[in-house]
Amino acid sequence: MTESEPTLRLEGIVKTFPGVRALDGVSFEVRAGEVHALLGENGAGKSTLMKVLAGMYQPDAGQIVVSGRPVVMRNPIEAKHNGVILIHQELSLAEEMSVAENIFLGELPRRRWGFVDWKSLHERVATILDKLNCDFGPRTRIDTLSIAKKQMVEIARALTHQARIVVFDEPTASLTDQEKVVLFDIIRDLQRDGVGIVYISHRMEEIFTISNRISVLRDGTHRGTLETAETDEDEVTRLMIGRSLSYERNREAPDVGDVALAVEGLSCGRLFDDIGFELRAGEVLGFYGLVGAGRTELAETLFGLRRPTAGRIVLGGSEARIDSSVEAIRQGISLVPESRKEQGLVLSMNCRDNMTLPQIDDLTAGPFVSNGGEIAIYDMYRDQLDIKAPSWRQLVQFLSGGNQQKIVIGKWLAMKPRVLIVDEPTRGIDVGSKAEIHNLLRELARSGYAVMVISSEMPEVLHVSDRIIAMYQGRITRQFTAAEVNEDNLVQAISGIGPGSGGKARPIGAQAA
Amino acid sequence: MAQVLSTPTAPRLSGAFRWLLRHPIWGFVAVVFIFFSFATAHFFDVQNLQNVLVQTSTIGLIALGMTLVMINGNIDLSVGATLALAASLTVDIMGWPVFADWGNWQLLPAVLAGLAAGVAIGALNGIIVWKTGVDAFIVTLGAMLGVRGLVFVYTEEQSFYAMNFAYSDFGASSIGPLPTLAVIFIVCAIAIHLLLSQTVHGRNTYAVGGNREAAVNAGIRVGPHMVVNFMIVGFFAALAGITLSTQMGASTPNLGRDYELWVITAVVLGGTKLTGGAGNIIGTLGGVLAIGILRNGMNLMQVPAFYVLVILGTILIAVLFLDKQLNRKGEEELRL
Ligand SMILES: Nc1ncnc2c1ncn2[C@@H]1O[C@H](COP(=O)(O)OP(=O)(O)OP(=O)(O)O)[C@@H](O)[C@H]1O
Ligand SMILES: [Mg+2]
Repeated sequence: MTESEPTLRLEGIVKTFPGVRALDGVSFEVRAGEVHALLGENGAGKSTLMKVLAGMYQPDAGQIVVSGRPVVMRNPIEAKHNGVILIHQELSLAEEMSVAENIFLGELPRRRWGFVDWKSLHERVATILDKLNCDFGPRTRIDTLSIAKKQMVEIARALTHQARIVVFDEPTASLTDQEKVVLFDIIRDLQRDGVGIVYISHRMEEIFTISNRISVLRDGTHRGTLETAETDEDEVTRLMIGRSLSYERNREAPDVGDVALAVEGLSCGRLFDDIGFELRAGEVLGFYGLVGAGRTELAETLFGLRRPTAGRIVLGGSEARIDSSVEAIRQGISLVPESRKEQGLVLSMNCRDNMTLPQIDDLTAGPFVSNGGEIAIYDMYRDQLDIKAPSWRQLVQFLSGGNQQKIVIGKWLAMKPRVLIVDEPTRGIDVGSKAEIHNLLRELARSGYAVMVISSEMPEVLHVSDRIIAMYQGRITRQFTAAEVNEDNLVQAISGIGPGSGGKARPIGAQAA
Repeated sequence: MAQVLSTPTAPRLSGAFRWLLRHPIWGFVAVVFIFFSFATAHFFDVQNLQNVLVQTSTIGLIALGMTLVMINGNIDLSVGATLALAASLTVDIMGWPVFADWGNWQLLPAVLAGLAAGVAIGALNGIIVWKTGVDAFIVTLGAMLGVRGLVFVYTEEQSFYAMNFAYSDFGASSIGPLPTLAVIFIVCAIAIHLLLSQTVHGRNTYAVGGNREAAVNAGIRVGPHMVVNFMIVGFFAALAGITLSTQMGASTPNLGRDYELWVITAVVLGGTKLTGGAGNIIGTLGGVLAIGILRNGMNLMQVPAFYVLVILGTILIAVLFLDKQLNRKGEEELRL
């Protein structure tokens, strides 16, 4: 045991699921005090590797060595006692319980007779929440929190134990920018204390900000480890998907058609107010803003899930009354929702059935559902979106996070809508598929669909949109055409600052990613 | 911690109001209580109120256990049959010749055997649900049929009469102004309330029912918690069987038919979700009281029994609808 003995060493880890070899002899190590980024396409095996590490899965072969000592971890509690903490990719919270109970889930402090020691629980949680700058208390119920705050609760679990290894599996997927800053501070604190960090994300800019080393997984094998300082995005991308990607900004002048959707003075309680815009067939309209700006709520209203308190929606020239999602679909509006697990998927159904769910009534052969028709649709979108699943029979709950998202998108594309609304379409999606989804959205527009894209990622809106609408606290602050938008005026518009005084209006081009 | 001592009235009122919003069933209990007090001559008599408490305690005891099982995300349909089995065993065993010269001590082995049978059936239900992964609805539906069959086999379709009169005296006794059976129910309710809201097992019960995957991820051992809760409901079903048979001084093989439905109705009225993760004992108490008062009051008003069922069914749906309306999150709520 030399002094360079890493805090964590994984040796030749193999894990198979029925029909899938998720991990095929992966070896990889994390040193004390480093942030080790783990990258790979959707379904490459990142989450599986981390679940093996955290005691949730048992490896079929291979060994885990923590601080030079081989360990076997049969469940998550044993892993915690070995100092390994995993912050899950998907929220893993009990909604009707308090923040404190969720942070210490499975390990509530006890007094005699199995009673919970509330005093010590709430004190410990209050300290942790303070550190994380959270504006809610230990007693707050989870179901009153926004998704971003729930994510902070999840992250708070990293601070409950004297950790040696903390794994963050896509922690920023639904965080606001302020919270991201807090998270990065926490990670640096942990680093200073000599904790080894594994950081999984599909966002290159984060990886290059925070990590010391980068390891790439591909199809369940370890493709290599790079020093972050000595590499660049292109090299990492090539290692990951085997080719380069260009991050061209959308410049083509669209061939726009008639107004497909017009909104006038649309308001909904405190959520958004006096929204007006036009969306033409053949264009992609981007909605950019901070989390909580009211974009999702606007989309939900257009899709008939909320009742507007004022304003008109005009579809294809005539005023439309949309008071249910069924009605919205009938009138040619589709919404790909923001949170796939809660709104977009039936986790216990297979891939094909999820994809054809909204049109099952039309896919009939006699009195029965047409099996062949369903499979044909699934196959088409599997190829188009490059969905990685062993077969259409696989239950959606066993797909990787990114592939689940692709199923949701495929489902709504298959409805052939006139107006397609996509809310955070590439959250949790790897760079390769992200580019494909962007191309797909552009292509859809070119073939005559009117596309509305809601995104909190600036490179994404800049890349796909013909026009961009900036929102701040439920109001439209500015509309941009592709020609006049740049990073600076866009940031100003979404933070409620009026149009700036010219300044360094640097158009962002190829460097944005 | 740092609470101002002289709380002004307004916040206190709104506190009571918020409490009522969380337990709308208690508003309903108050309404029917006042209604029957005025509408009938005898509802408000001490004697009658004692009656209501005793009648409520049988369903109430089972409902305590059912609340745990349902918060856990399961259900137990076998409680009525378990009740009959425990009652038959207890009443029969106290008359066994081996215990002939034990005096009143013959009640002890009889009651213990009855309770043990309930706990054993609960454990069996729980272990089957845990190990096979078959839905609790199916498992306990099977148990409901099977155990009821067992009762008929065991009793040879006969009713048993308690040979020891201390048994039925106990059922009719009081502690101060309160009937002993009501006291037993209240003590058990407090104990289960503490178990559910203050112990690690209770909190884990919520976690398992609320988000099973999260519970597994956090290393909570889901199976054992479920088994314990099934054992608790089995225990209470047996206890209810014993208290019911003390009231009659006898047991019949058909005892407790349809009780599972009354119990589940009461628990759901009290705000426990069928899907698990939410509910509490205070609500369940309101639920059993609501049913007890309605049945008693309508009986006094001489409403025919079948109409009582129609009215109760309507009220169940109305209360749940009201609860949904009250707990909506404002105008902008999602319509799904
Ligand atoms: N419980 C399971 N049963 C069957 N297959 C599974 C299970 N868990 C994961 N898989 C499969 O293992 C592979 C790796 O999945 P994993 O979740 O580790 O991917 P990932 O790298 O985390 O992807 P993402 O970036 O999308 O989160 C996928 O093909 C997935 O379908
Ligand atoms: Mg993953």
